[in-house]
Amino acid sequence: MLDCKHNTELLSQSCDRPITLRERMAMRMHLLMCRGCRNFEKQLAFIRKAARELPRKL
Amino acid sequence: MSAIDPETLQQHRSYLLRYAMLQLRDPHLAEDVVQETLIAAIESQAKFAAQSSPRTWLVGILKHKIMDLLRKRAREPQLDVADGEDESELVDALFKANGRWADPPQTWADPEQSLENANFWNVFEQCNQRMPLNTARAFMMREFMDMSTEEICQELAISTTNCWVILHRARLALRECLDLNWFGNAR
Repeated sequence: MLDCKHNTELLSQSCDRPITLRERMAMRMHLLMCRGCRNFEKQLAFIRKAARELPRKL
Repeated sequence: MSAIDPETLQQHRSYLLRYAMLQLRDPHLAEDVVQETLIAAIESQAKFAAQSSPRTWLVGILKHKIMDLLRKRAREPQLDVADGEDESELVDALFKANGRWADPPQTWADPEQSLENANFWNVFEQCNQRMPLNTARAFMMREFMDMSTEEICQELAISTTNCWVILHRARLALRECLDLNWFGNAR
């Protein structure tokens, strides 16, 4: 079973590399049960969006 | 063909400087790359005149200049001082020994709305500034300059695994900083 620390690593890496089916399954299982990591996942997406919009905000 | 109006260039200059500063965080280096960019622009005036978006074109040149500089520096390891690069302390503080969140992330209220708020962008820039230099660089290369992980590893002369670790720490650090300083879940 994935813990939060490793789950956040996987969530982050899924922004940077293709993740395996097994990894995706483990992540989804963890996310089903963990509200903190669900929030983290959303916030990660938001941070990426913000960073990509930054050039237009300078 | 008309010559580039110095005033027009000046207008772009301050934007380019801010862009370069975000990536390099060194006013002298930023000044240098922007100078080189403007010289390159002046040297290809015909192209400049033909641009529907001169700024996008200038940023394209600037990106190359920044990359050249970082590439050069990656080959001179003594220049890249390890500035407390190890952010494992942050990671340790965020998670308990059993790997669970010490303090699980709370919901952020209406983050989309923040994107329209000028103050949010100030906080975002400040949070970037607080990251160790190489962490911030890798993150900005990935998200701001939209480079692939492979390209970043190559440019910074680091392993792919190391690159993932650095990018992850950058995201954790940014999330913490935004949480504390913007989304108001101050603890």
